[in-house]
Amino acid sequence: MVRIRYFAWLRHKTGIGSEELALPDGVRTARQLGDWLAARSPGFHEAWTSTGVVRMAVNHEHVEDDVELGPDDEVAFFPPVTGG
Amino acid sequence: MIRVQAEPFDAGAEIEALTHGRTDVGAVVSFQGIVRAEEGGERLTALTLEHYPGMTERELERIEAEARARWPLQASLIVHRYGRMTPGEPIVLVVTVSAHRQAAFDAAAFLMDWLKTQAPFWKLAETSAGAAWVEAKASDDAAAARWQ
Repeated sequence: MVRIRYFAWLRHKTGIGSEELALPDGVRTARQLGDWLAARSPGFHEAWTSTGVVRMAVNHEHVEDDVELGPDDEVAFFPPVTGG
Repeated sequence: MIRVQAEPFDAGAEIEALTHGRTDVGAVVSFQGIVRAEEGGERLTALTLEHYPGMTERELERIEAEARARWPLQASLIVHRYGRMTPGEPIVLVVTVSAHRQAAFDAAAFLMDWLKTQAPFWKLAETSAGAAWVEAKASDDAAAARWQ
C-alpha cells in the first residue's frame, strides 16, 4: 500500500491528512498519482486546480514529477513551502 | 545540530551552550525569525506553522550538512518551531560558529535561504480578514538560487 500525505491547503481542501491505497492501474509516477487523485472527486479536483502549484515528496525527499513510485512508498502532496 | 519543537527557545542560552568553554571560536553569527504583526497588509493576530514530521528533520539535517561541507564551521544549530504563535514570538533560530566571521556570516545566510525554500513548513496566518495560507515568495526562491 502507498501511504499518501496532504499538507497545508491540500489537507484543508481534500479534508484528509493521510490515507493508504494500492497504486491504481496505470499509475507509475508521482505526477500520475497526483493526476489520478485530482480526478477522483470534485473536492480533490478543486484541491489540485484552485490554488497554485502542487509539490511532491517521496519517502521524505523532494522529487520531480516523473519519479517512479514503489508499492510501499510514502508520497506527500503540498504547496510550495513557507517556513523560516 | 537541528531541533524541531513547539516550545519557544532562548537564543542566548543556545549560543552559550554552543560556545561555552571553547577558545578556538572566533565568530558567532545568529539569526532569529520573529512573528510580525502584519501579513498582506492585514493585522496578524496569530501564525500557525504546520510541518511534515520526519521529512522536516531530514531536510534540516541535509541543509546543515550542506553548509558544513561548504564552510569551515566549528558548530551550527537550527531550531525551528511549529504550532500556533503570536506576534513577537520567535519562529526560527540559526547559529553558526567559526574561527572567522565571513564563514559564519555566509553559512548563516545560506542556511536561512535554503531552509525557507526547502524545509517542509507552511504558515497559516490569522488576520482581521480571516485565516489564510501564506504564499511562497519569488524573492525567497531568488535568494536561495544565489547559492547554487
